[in-house]
This record gives sequence, C-alpha cells and structure tokens, in this order.
Amino acid sequence: MAEHKIFGPETDPAGDAGYPADHPARKGFFTDTSICIGCKACEVACKQWNDVPDDGFDLLGLSYDNTGALGASTWRHVAFIEQPATHAAPIDLGPPARGPAPSTVDLGMPSFSKPGDGSGVEDREEFRWLMSSDVCKHCTHAGCLDVCPTGALFRTEFGTVVVQQDICNGCGYCVSGCPYGVIQRREGDGRAWKCTLCYDRLKDGLQPACATACPTQSIQYGDLDELRVRAAARVETLHEQGVTAARLYGEDPDDGVGGNGAFFLLLDEPEVYGFPPDPVVPTRDLSRMWKFAGAAALALASAAVAVFGGPA
Amino acid sequence: MTRAGRGNGRREQVSREQGDYRRDRPELGDRVHQDGPPGGRLGPSVRGGDGSREQSMVPRAEFRSYYGRQILKTPAWEDKIAYYFFAGGLSGGCALLAAGADLTGRPGLRRGTRVSGLAALAVGSYYLVADLGRPERFHHMLRVAKPTSPMSMGTWLLAAYGPGLGLAAVSELVPSRWRGTVPGRLVGALARPSGLAAAALAPGVASYGAVLLSQTAVPAWNTAHEELPFIFTGSSAASAGGLGMILAPVAEAAPARRLAVYGAVLELAASRRLESRVGLVREAYDTGRAGRYLQRASTLTAGGVLGSMLLGRRSRLAAVVSGAALLAGGVFERLGLVHAGIQSTQDPKYVVVPQRERLEERAAKG
Repeated sequence: MAEHKIFGPETDPAGDAGYPADHPARKGFFTDTSICIGCKACEVACKQWNDVPDDGFDLLGLSYDNTGALGASTWRHVAFIEQPATHAAPIDLGPPARGPAPSTVDLGMPSFSKPGDGSGVEDREEFRWLMSSDVCKHCTHAGCLDVCPTGALFRTEFGTVVVQQDICNGCGYCVSGCPYGVIQRREGDGRAWKCTLCYDRLKDGLQPACATACPTQSIQYGDLDELRVRAAARVETLHEQGVTAARLYGEDPDDGVGGNGAFFLLLDEPEVYGFPPDPVVPTRDLSRMWKFAGAAALALASAAVAVFGGPA
Repeated sequence: MTRAGRGNGRREQVSREQGDYRRDRPELGDRVHQDGPPGGRLGPSVRGGDGSREQSMVPRAEFRSYYGRQILKTPAWEDKIAYYFFAGGLSGGCALLAAGADLTGRPGLRRGTRVSGLAALAVGSYYLVADLGRPERFHHMLRVAKPTSPMSMGTWLLAAYGPGLGLAAVSELVPSRWRGTVPGRLVGALARPSGLAAAALAPGVASYGAVLLSQTAVPAWNTAHEELPFIFTGSSAASAGGLGMILAPVAEAAPARRLAVYGAVLELAASRRLESRVGLVREAYDTGRAGRYLQRASTLTAGGVLGSMLLGRRSRLAAVVSGAALLAGGVFERLGLVHAGIQSTQDPKYVVVPQRERLEERAAKG
C-alpha cells in the first residue's frame, strides 16, 4: 500500500489520493481582498448555481455583513471591516482593466470624479474598509476529509475536497475536524455541506460560479501553481506601493494544513477577517493521540487483571 | 491597545443567536479584546458583577477578532454523544469485570456485568445512531475502514466487540430448561471464550472516544489529548466498578470496589493534570454548563469512592448508594467534557490567543 501523507508539504494531493498521473493540475482560488468591492456577487452566484437554500435574512449590524459566516448554506461569505486608518497613497487596483478601453461610443452621459479627487488625499476621512470573500480552503491536508467515517468526503481529481451527499450520514465529525469553521450540518437536512469549488462546472471545463461573477477579479480561479506566482507578484507590487501590510494567507505549503487550495491576499492580520492565525490539521497528531489512548487502555486492562488478584 | 477597555472576552462571548451582536456591537468591525488567565475550579479567580475578573495573576492577553464572532463551528454533537461515551465506557468496564468474575468463580458478579454490559452497549448504540443527522444511513459507516478517522476505527472496534459480549450475555439469559438443548449447550460453551474476546477489546472501546474528541480542531478537546484517554478509561472503570457493587452481592464485589477506586483515582488525577496543563482553554472547562457538570462529576466520584472504601464491604445499601454516585459521576464527567468542547468553539479567544502565541514563539526563534 502506498504511503499517504497526513502532514507537511505535498505537491500533489490528487495523486496522493490515488488518481493516475495524468489527472488535471490542482485547481484553486486566489482571493485578492485588496480589490474586493464588497458587491457580494460571489455569494449570489454561488447560491444560484449550487441551489443553496437561504439561511435566514437577519440584519446582523456588522457593517454591510448580513451573512455572518461560512456554513452549511453559505459557501461564499463577504466580510466587511471598518477600520480607522491613515491614508497614504491610494492603492493601485492593479491588473484588471489595464490598457486602452475597447472602442467606445460617447453617449453623452454626465461624468463624475471619485470622492476626494478634488481635495487631495489628506482631506479624506481617516478610515478604511476591508472586504474579503471567504470560502472553503480546500486544504492540502483536509481535517474534514481525514475524519469522515463514511467516505462521503473525497478528494477530486482537481485536488479539491467535496462531500458526496448521497453518502453523508450526518455524523458531524467533519464539522469539528475543520480548523477554519467552514463545513456544517444543515438544519432540517442533517447532512454536512460546504463549497464544492463547483465540481460540476470544473468537470465541464468552466470556472466556478463565484470567480465567474466577480466583477473585479478579486476572486481568481486557475491552476494553483500559477495562482501562487500571480499572488507573489501582487504582494510585491503592493509592497512597492507602500502597502506593507499586504500578506498572503494560506499559500504556504509548510503551514499547518500543507497550504490551501483557496488562499488569500490580506491587508491585516488573519483574525481580523475571522481566519484562525495558525491553523493546524488535527490529523497531524494522530499517532501521538493513539499512543496516549493505548497507554490509557493498557492502564485499564492491567487494573482489571490486578483487581481480581487481591483478597476476596 | 486603544479600544481594549471595551470589555473582556466574557462579555463578548458569542451566543449561538447571531442577533446578539446588535446589542453589543463596536463602532467598527475590528475588535480588540482582553482576557485574563483561566481561574476556575482550583484557581483564585474572583469575578465582578459584570463577569469581569477582579484579580488576575498574569497580564491579560489581547487579541483581535472579527466582531468577536466564533471562528470554529459549534460541534454538531451535544448530550447524546456524552451519553454514548458514558454507556460505551460502562459496557467496556463491565466486559472486563465479567471476564474476571468468570475466571475467578464469581457467578453473581459475572451475570450482572455481562447482562448490563450488553444493555449499556445497546443504550450507547441507540444514542450513537440517534446523534446522526441521517440515522437511517448509519450503515454507511461500514462502507470504509479509515485509519485517519477515529470514528471509523471505533465503529469497527464496536462491531468486533459487540457480538462476543452479546453471546456471553445471552448465555446468562438462557432459561434452564433450554440449557440441555444443542443450541443451549453451544451458547454455554462459547460464553467464556466470547466473553474473553470482548474483554480483550474492551479497553479500546473505553478509550477510543478520547481520540475521537481530540482529533478535532475544538480547542478544549484537542489541547487535552494527553489526558482525555485516561479520564475516559478511569471514568469507565469507576462506572463499571460502581455498577458491579450495585449488582453483585457484597461477598463477590471486592474486585468491583477495587476497580471503582482505581478508576476514580485515575480519572481525578488525569482531570487535575488537564487543569494544570491546558492553559487558557481551562476556562472552557471551568465555566458555564461544563464547569457545573464537571464539578458535580468530581463531587459524585469522590463521594462514591469514599463510600465504597469505607462502607462498601460492610453494607449492601452503602455499596448501592456509592455505586450509584459513581455512575452519576461518570455521566456528568462525559457531559462536562462534551460541553467544555462546545464552549471552547464559541469564543474566538481560544483559537486566536494560543495560535498567536505559537506564531510569536516561532518568529522569536527565527
């Protein structure tokens, strides 16, 4: 039997799961939060394409976030953080829509300028808005997948992690196995649900619904290797522009989950966006945990022998 | 940091109702929290009227979060899984006592522990299946045997353990007029080997649940992975010993009393070690429902042990009362452990603070 890795860098999770060498390249998301505009098109596209039911229409009072968190019926979640901030130079919004616009016809529409254009940067409010579209991380070492006792959760040929709904019996183990709090049991349904990275669309050579709908290319889909190169370049650009807080989250193959299939560019600490700062797949300590259980079992067994040895 | 005074983690503890955020929302999303060290069952913590701590021995930890919202999902498991762990552990302990009683000629103890071991397994299996989101798909557990999933391993362990215990228990229930028949004689002959086979697996049945809980991202369970197995087997021994004291005549119950005392001491010692070792997340064990349940568990277990040591061999009534206290202690222990885990997912501090510390340590090392 082939040796399977449960922790550490892993270049080919689909191959590790047993797919033949000609399986497709690992696919993923690079979510560049520096160009997210908080439109929630990703949330809507995901719901529409995957026929995900609503999970309440509460006003949470958390800035523009009325979704709250990822869950059984929320597979994309846009976080909104209103922060005090001093403005340096405005962030260059980067790659999308560079170069001359395609030939256009002047419709004679009224023009406008951006707020602050006339008065200069120093007159703007000392405030910044962080927006970030969260999603299942499709971990290299996925805690949910490792603990699933039915085989309902599986690794696809694209290296993503998907629940087979006809298999899941709702044991709930994956819910606690996830170090990010992504997967959840759906009320009234009983099974566990999460982002499939649009497995059906990938099979047909399409992009996931959220990435397709994203109007700013904040959500970029593609081969993970390529996304990593693109992300590194973007961080470098931002650093050159003075946005020193820009950092990648989840792209490091040496992190506690072997790196994410869906990783992020953030402008503040991960926990500000609701991410765990240093997640670790619980499976890492599997053999250590069984050793302690073995010692405890031995303690019980020897006690059971010993108690029959003494006086009646 | 500046907005730190805006309350400690306690006041911002996340309710399962999302609406609660409206009452206590900050003006901005990025929250800075403070929180003190765990106090609790043994600690000197004194709480003010608003739940804040008046004294603390270590500087308060600061952390940031997304509106104080929980990061991890609340476990899907609740009380039913605690009842399952209790019943499964009790069954394992009973199987061990039954095998010993069988080999040392204690028919009263043997009969009681075999039958109640099977009954406990049946009750536990009920809770295990009822806890599923789709109980009718229970058998999907048997599609795969998966070493990375303690639940899968446990399912197969139970599947191997159950039949042996079942046969041993059935042999006790065969009416005397059928014992001479061929099936009756067969069951009688197989009772001892199958009971011993079950006993061989019983320590695994009693302990694997600790790995099941620990191999999660739930801070209270994951952090306590060194102690949980000993609490599980200790508590199982205490419960089974207690039940043996109830079921067997005093003259036969000496091994049950000794197992109860041994198990209770193991459980209490492991709990003590857990409290001193786990750091911040100890607060999840000390407060709320978990704290109340665990307090009750300690009291009942300690009382049951004292009762069995002092009076257990003199009076059947005292043995029954002590045994019942040990059993109740076992139930509260598992309820407390399960709720400590649940509570530890509901406050982001248990995730952010230790992980931040880890990152800082790593950064300091270079």
